[in-house]
Amino acid sequence: MEIDSKTGSENDALILVKQGAEARVFESVFAGKRSIIKERFSKKYRHPSLDSKLTLKRLNAEARCMTKARRLSVSTPVLYAVDPVLHTLIFEYVEGASVKDVLLGFGSNGVVQERLADIATQIGDAIGKLHDGGLVHGDLTTSNMLIRDGTNKLVLIDFGLSFTSTLPEDKAVDLYVLERALVSMHSSCGNVMDLILAAYKKSSRQWCSTMNKLAQVRLRGRKRTMVG
Amino acid sequence: MEKKMIALGFEGSANKIGVGVVTLDGTILSNPRHTYITPPGQGFLPRETAQHHLQHVLPLVKSALKEAQITSDDIDCLCYTKGPGMGAPLQVSAIVVRVLSLLWKKPIVAVNHCVAHIEMGRIVTGAVDPVVLYVSGGNTQVIAYSEGRYRIFGETIDIAVGNCLDRFARVLTLSNDPSPGYNIEQLAKKGEKFIDLPYVVKGMDVSFSGILSYIEATAEEKLKNNECSPADLCYSLQETLFAMLVEITERAMAHCDSKDVLIVGGVGCNERLQEMMRVMCSERGGRLFATDDRYCIDNGAMIAYTGLLAYAHGSTTPLEESTFTQRFRTDEVHAIWREEQESGDSSGLADVGK
Repeated sequence: MEIDSKTGSENDALILVKQGAEARVFESVFAGKRSIIKERFSKKYRHPSLDSKLTLKRLNAEARCMTKARRLSVSTPVLYAVDPVLHTLIFEYVEGASVKDVLLGFGSNGVVQERLADIATQIGDAIGKLHDGGLVHGDLTTSNMLIRDGTNKLVLIDFGLSFTSTLPEDKAVDLYVLERALVSMHSSCGNVMDLILAAYKKSSRQWCSTMNKLAQVRLRGRKRTMVG
Repeated sequence: MEKKMIALGFEGSANKIGVGVVTLDGTILSNPRHTYITPPGQGFLPRETAQHHLQHVLPLVKSALKEAQITSDDIDCLCYTKGPGMGAPLQVSAIVVRVLSLLWKKPIVAVNHCVAHIEMGRIVTGAVDPVVLYVSGGNTQVIAYSEGRYRIFGETIDIAVGNCLDRFARVLTLSNDPSPGYNIEQLAKKGEKFIDLPYVVKGMDVSFSGILSYIEATAEEKLKNNECSPADLCYSLQETLFAMLVEITERAMAHCDSKDVLIVGGVGCNERLQEMMRVMCSERGGRLFATDDRYCIDNGAMIAYTGLLAYAHGSTTPLEESTFTQRFRTDEVHAIWREEQESGDSSGLADVGK
């Protein structure tokens, strides 16, 4: 197997970039291009049959959803190869900082309103396009968004929890995950979520039902204080 | 010799009534409790549970004081569970505390039940700033401390994991003594066959109600046709539920760059859950902190200790505000005692014990 020999023999070319919760991400070279290798590893705490079911399901979903997002004109890394045996994806290396780092930078050095508005607009626009195309990202956090160097264009990554759905419920939960991630990490940047939602409304034709559902989802956590 | 601060704590938010005596360094002087156990196939209802608590609370107070070898004069403050929990059982401790406060002329401190679990777990295990998985019959939350509050990173969007296990125990009519979850755990050890169940992680949250409906229907059908044993079902249910919990805990750890995990709450006693979590932690180079049934399960000492922390930092609850509430989120509490620890005071009060 070609991919096997590549990862095996050119071990020195593999640089561990990140050890995530479900996968190891390496930097390498694929067909002469700087690339990322994402290897899902088995989780030893899980029952083996549950584990292999989840690992394969998420690998396939990730590959399919990454390419589908591109068809919906949302920028994602270009997928080069999929290996279901080694649970590995190989895709384009995107040069640029994560939105998380950019926003944390704003937190410590002061907010550049213009840049913040640009990023928030791009995020809202991209999510709107995904949702209208029936794609739910499933893990919208600021560490899963990159700003490409040079063009300053948003690139969405990590489609490991993505799935296709047209239900307002699924879209609303998608937005809610992002909202909570923003509140817990970037409360010093002001209300970024409002900017994102404004752009989302412009971009998504079905924004109305999603926003109604979002209002319901927000009330959902247990044991909230309720008046009246 | 300087006198140690002592608190008397009351816990009665679910089917256990407990009274504990604790000093500020976390030493438990006494911690008696009594559990309302219902017949197999039945859960506990608010009214009967409150009746049970009323019957047992005063004898428990007496035995707690006797065992701790103190009198009411030695107590600095009275602590009780304000919420969350079932209304009627909560009312019992709230009223007892008010009466004793007037009788003994002692201040009251209202305590959040979830925060009490976290603080007890921290002092018992010595975990400093862990990601907390709080799992019990009424709560399922992944919590981490940030900027003065315990923030909820993920939680269940419907029923709690313990509720899911308890209700499945009712389907199998397992005994509620000592607890339905314990009996499921024992039965699961004999399970061999893994039955595929739904796996529901939504964002950072989990959902259990669909799994419960599915396994209730499956159980009836498969047991009738002899396709599997009750033990197989318990085993598969535990494996699936706990895998979901470990997954969201791991994602919270990745999100806040934390290495340690603390498991608290009644389901936290489950050794299979602890084992799975330990494997996950060791893969990440972290540590697991867990406690046994003395501290995991609701008790008076955890309320007394948490109330005493707040009291030592100048917080009390006036008599007219000593109410109880079924809805009381973990992130509503301002954890004043942690702020002083965070601000570089390494000899912080809570650290003294360990």
